[in-house]
Amino acid sequence: MTELFLSFRLAFFVTAILLVLATPLAYWLAFSKFRAKFLVEAVVALPLVLPPTVLGFYLLVAMGPRGPLGKLWLALFGHTLAFTFTGLVIASVLYSLPFCVQPLVASFERIDPKLLAASRVLGANSWRTFRTIVFPLSIPGVITALVLTFAHTIGEFGVVLMVGGNLLGATRTVSISIYDHVQSIEYAAANQLALILLAISFVLLALVYGLNRSVGVRWLSN
Amino acid sequence: MLRQRDNRLSAPWFFLACLFLLCALCVSARAVPSEQPQLNIAAASDLKFALTALASAFEKQSGAKLNLTFGSSGNFFAQIKNGAPFDLFFSADTEFPRRLDTAGLVVSNSTYEYAVGRLVLWVPPGSKIDLSKSGMNSLLDPSVQKIAIANPDHAPYGRAAAVALRSAGLYEKTKDKLVIGENISQAAQFAQSGNAQIGIIAMSLALSPPLRSGKYWEIPQRQYFPLIQSAVILKRCEQKDLAASFLRFVATPAGTKILEDFGFLKAQVSVDDRAPLKPY
Repeated sequence: MTELFLSFRLAFFVTAILLVLATPLAYWLAFSKFRAKFLVEAVVALPLVLPPTVLGFYLLVAMGPRGPLGKLWLALFGHTLAFTFTGLVIASVLYSLPFCVQPLVASFERIDPKLLAASRVLGANSWRTFRTIVFPLSIPGVITALVLTFAHTIGEFGVVLMVGGNLLGATRTVSISIYDHVQSIEYAAANQLALILLAISFVLLALVYGLNRSVGVRWLSN
Repeated sequence: MLRQRDNRLSAPWFFLACLFLLCALCVSARAVPSEQPQLNIAAASDLKFALTALASAFEKQSGAKLNLTFGSSGNFFAQIKNGAPFDLFFSADTEFPRRLDTAGLVVSNSTYEYAVGRLVLWVPPGSKIDLSKSGMNSLLDPSVQKIAIANPDHAPYGRAAAVALRSAGLYEKTKDKLVIGENISQAAQFAQSGNAQIGIIAMSLALSPPLRSGKYWEIPQRQYFPLIQSAVILKRCEQKDLAASFLRFVATPAGTKILEDFGFLKAQVSVDDRAPLKPY
């Protein structure tokens, strides 16, 4: 059960951090006229196509005692990032980034530009426009983003395996634990956790599809 | 129109609130650190069952909590070099602990050769292969399509399996049939699940509850290098006394008995060399 709690804790932190980081990024991606925007879009989408081992490998090196991130952390907190819960949070934020950004961009882009123009004409600055027009109209997209990020982080395996080190209570997430149980021929224990994960994933996806039938998940099906 | 939208959204908000509460619960559940002394132990996966038994006996006796992580010794070596927070490392060889010692990551004189491992051929129950009759040539049986071994690059039992195959002159004939487990426990799982018809695995696993119903045959030890296994206390360990007392516990007759029950042999060292007998 420790593993399950740990996964939930990880998913919670990652979702909260990504909501804060991904919203401005998605806003910029949706409304910027910047020419080379497609490059940024490609970088954001990278974790969708990259093998987790590639990301895991670079993160492990970066977080190690000789990597830039590891060095910084060592200087600040006296230990490196690899094999810690914080390290997992950072890795998962990167790995789940597109799952948060893309639904947000999709729903920001669907907002009628006339509404934004009207808001500006009426003298609202961009923060006020965001607060009163963009965000309320995008709530289905926000929920999709949050739920997908949460579910994806719970189910993450490859990156966690590479940067986590499989420590009980710190980095042994539920998916790693299932892998462990299968390897140790503890099928009953593996099955128990796997069924819980299956149920969680189904419920989360059913909620996304059910609640946001009209707008939120269109990007998933195209 | 806006009002309608608000109504429609109350369900997802309720759901999100539930999710948030659940998470908050998980977060707060972990907020109180346990007072119980703990040791994080990295152990070669041939020890999966033996060390689990040793640890629970030690936990009862000492009141400490031992967190065991199993994997291939080579992976642990790499992780420990990269700063993984383990207190003790039970390797399936002596080479990885020695290299950690050279790298200055090991408490001096804490190396303890706790056992010698044995390599066996293992077939699942119901297999038609007669291991005791054919010996190593069982691997050439026509029913064998896949042979499970551990990764020779970073698992000592995998390396020993490759050496045994070569010394029996079977490597060229079998190399296309080898499936590589990440560690010896995964190799055993490949064979146990029937996905490989035969496995070259650790005797300690062949004697474990999930594999006991199969048949095994010990590969003569002269066909590979001695699988002497050693454990070390790592410098970053904050409870060196506790770690040392666990190693001493492994060396007691009761501890040795558990290891022998799982097919391990005693390492050929005199009792005096069996560090670390004195507390730090």
